[in-house]
Amino acid sequence: MNTKLRNSNPVIANVDIAVIGGGIVGCATARRMTLEGASVILVEKSTDILAGASKGNSAILHTGFDAPVNSLEHKCIQNGYQEYLEIHKDMNLPLLKTGALLVAWTAEEEKQFSSIIEKAKKNGVDDLRLLNTKELQQLEPNLAETALAAIEVPREFVIDPWSAPLAYLSQAVANGCQTLFNSEISSGEFDGKQWTLHTNNGDIKAKHVVNSAGLYGDILDKNLLGDSEFIIKPRKGEFVVFDKAAHALVKNIILPIPTEITKGVVIFPTIFGNLAVGPTADEQEGRDDASVDKANLEMLYQLALEKIPALKNIPVTATYAGIRPATEKKEYRIRHVTEKNWITLGGIRSTGLTAALGIAQHVQKLFAEQNHQYKKLTSPLLEAVPNLAEHLTRDWQTPGYDEIICHCEMATKREILAALNSTIPPGSLAGLKRRTRVTMGRCQGFYCSAKLSELTENKFIEPISVGETDD
Amino acid sequence: MTNTIKEHCDVAIIGSGPAGLSAAITLQKSGIDNIIVIERDDEAGGTPRHCGHPPFGFKEYKQILTGPKYANKNVQRALKLGIEIQCKTTVTNLGEHGELSLATPEGLKTLVAKRVIIATGTRETPRSARFVSGDRALGIYNTGALQAMVYLKGKIPFKRPVIVGTEIVSFSALLTCRKAGIKPVAMIEANSKASVRWPIYYSHYLFSTKLLLNSKINKLIGKNRIEAVEIIDKTGQISTLDCDGVLFTGMFTPESSLVRMSHLAFDPETYSPTVDQQGRCSDPAYYAAGNLRQLPAEEGRNPLCYAKGQAPQAVNVSGFCWDQGREVAKNLLKDLE
Repeated sequence: MNTKLRNSNPVIANVDIAVIGGGIVGCATARRMTLEGASVILVEKSTDILAGASKGNSAILHTGFDAPVNSLEHKCIQNGYQEYLEIHKDMNLPLLKTGALLVAWTAEEEKQFSSIIEKAKKNGVDDLRLLNTKELQQLEPNLAETALAAIEVPREFVIDPWSAPLAYLSQAVANGCQTLFNSEISSGEFDGKQWTLHTNNGDIKAKHVVNSAGLYGDILDKNLLGDSEFIIKPRKGEFVVFDKAAHALVKNIILPIPTEITKGVVIFPTIFGNLAVGPTADEQEGRDDASVDKANLEMLYQLALEKIPALKNIPVTATYAGIRPATEKKEYRIRHVTEKNWITLGGIRSTGLTAALGIAQHVQKLFAEQNHQYKKLTSPLLEAVPNLAEHLTRDWQTPGYDEIICHCEMATKREILAALNSTIPPGSLAGLKRRTRVTMGRCQGFYCSAKLSELTENKFIEPISVGETDD
Repeated sequence: MTNTIKEHCDVAIIGSGPAGLSAAITLQKSGIDNIIVIERDDEAGGTPRHCGHPPFGFKEYKQILTGPKYANKNVQRALKLGIEIQCKTTVTNLGEHGELSLATPEGLKTLVAKRVIIATGTRETPRSARFVSGDRALGIYNTGALQAMVYLKGKIPFKRPVIVGTEIVSFSALLTCRKAGIKPVAMIEANSKASVRWPIYYSHYLFSTKLLLNSKINKLIGKNRIEAVEIIDKTGQISTLDCDGVLFTGMFTPESSLVRMSHLAFDPETYSPTVDQQGRCSDPAYYAAGNLRQLPAEEGRNPLCYAKGQAPQAVNVSGFCWDQGREVAKNLLKDLE
């Protein structure tokens, strides 16, 4: 950035609220405040939404049964869960009603059942059910025989972790929200009434700022407020995805008995018709380092085989990693600096996928408490996103799709072109993958990379092909 | 979902590669004229279509052809005989007694065939299933993707890749790179010698690509796009090689997910349908031919353990698939009579 030009940067937006960070929390907040009637801009430093912490998780819609009792996190999970159920049909967001089983593999683990049920009751989740060995084997016959007993949590579900935030932001944009990608906030000033945020693409004037910068939340607070109440301690979670044949092996999300430190490794059906295992939990320095480690992947693979022996004969389709924006404390780090019109939404880890809509409601409440009332939209436009869930009708099941480009995941040319030409187009191949599933199947682009390189020509900053052949 | 149309045929062949077309041609010549070849891609011909170099077709045509020319010859021969090839058609389910579910751009269909030959071929094992450490950046491909990009689209996905593996296909990748103006930085082989025998082995000298034996990828490095790889040799020494891509070659695995998801008996060791001497599957309406069928490894190899250094399974050359397609077709004829 040319520093000399800083003071004469063009003002590219003048809004009520600038939401910084296009992860799940930013997308949900932009939607909520747009629907409340505020003028909003979502600013994202990457080429696309979901480029940070929100790109890799276990895609579970949590009831909050195991959340800290009376916590803000619990409240946001419950409200988020509720709102998702209310809006998902209208926005074409899928819901796979799997249920979850907390499985005890040792007598020691079984002893914790009573406290888990008690906590769930305190959290308002009172439909948990105890299953003995026989009942468990009947419900999940493919679990290893060493499974002793389980607690069934019937309302833990699986969703699409990428279509949900895309739907939230799409609805926001349809109702007037602006977006600014490839734009990093370098600095900013508050004049008592309004913020001026400097980005590499121009200045943004905003009365309020919501910091949903995830893995960079503490840095943004430090740079613009002068201090941060927390330090991000990136925690990586790796996952292994089994091919579609594995999906039928279990009906439920298989949860371990949690420890003080982590929820542990989960085996879960994905909405895309796979079965996945993860995450690991490794603290690391890098905020962008979503690399995978052979030893960790092998550990996850072995663990999955141990719990579900039939997985032995099913190939691995994909591996991935997500980075949780953990902090030095377990709870959400939500901070409202009223004198500076600033709200920080920090430390939101795996529960954020469910909680995002609830967090957005909380943000709205914070604004209301500060008497910043907007004129709620009376008939907001709805935005439906394309369905990628395997148990619902996919694009290839409707005529006129031209051709199937990605054969493993059955992604059609029609849906790829629709994504590329949508209001929030993917800024990278990764973004196109999240929107259409291309290259995410068992061949990982063996068949479709060539066609994709052509279809996506001039669409991405980092293109698939780097040039033409010599002859 | 729309109402599905139900169609009938004598023999449905899934896949229009050498095995599928050879079977179709044999059947047609023997008087079966209600054959449908189903191809999910927009063009028929199968994998040879994007291997833009020789040698193909020696057995079949007594000529040495490039892959695309060979594939085209097969397709033309089938079409001339009046064989129907339905492109852009995907089989989504293998039902009992030859009832196939199809997805086509015009809508979903059901095709009931008296007999079905599954000839869906093979593909390489991608990085993910090999459990390779490191970043997941742009520039990581299999040979198949590279060749399709180069030969079908005239594009290149990298300029200075590292090639992993020394199977026949790895040297085929080397040829493709040379043709496209790509300059591989090195070839890497975990074993103490290359998987292929000379003279192919010496081709890396021709293209001045260094061959690192006893070496494995330790880690892939790159934020958006591959920038380097870490190599570990058998003494545990780690070195870094600058590059802009990684090509994982070989470790062929049958493209058998349709079979795996079906009622047909499946061999978990080879990832192939279980067949009898005639190439017939557990449901007598189904046969299998070509690279989809892999022979069991001598030492009970689990295909998942490729990355652990076990011998990779060789992909059969097109001539072999051609022969097997014909052979299976003949067996099927006897059975239809």
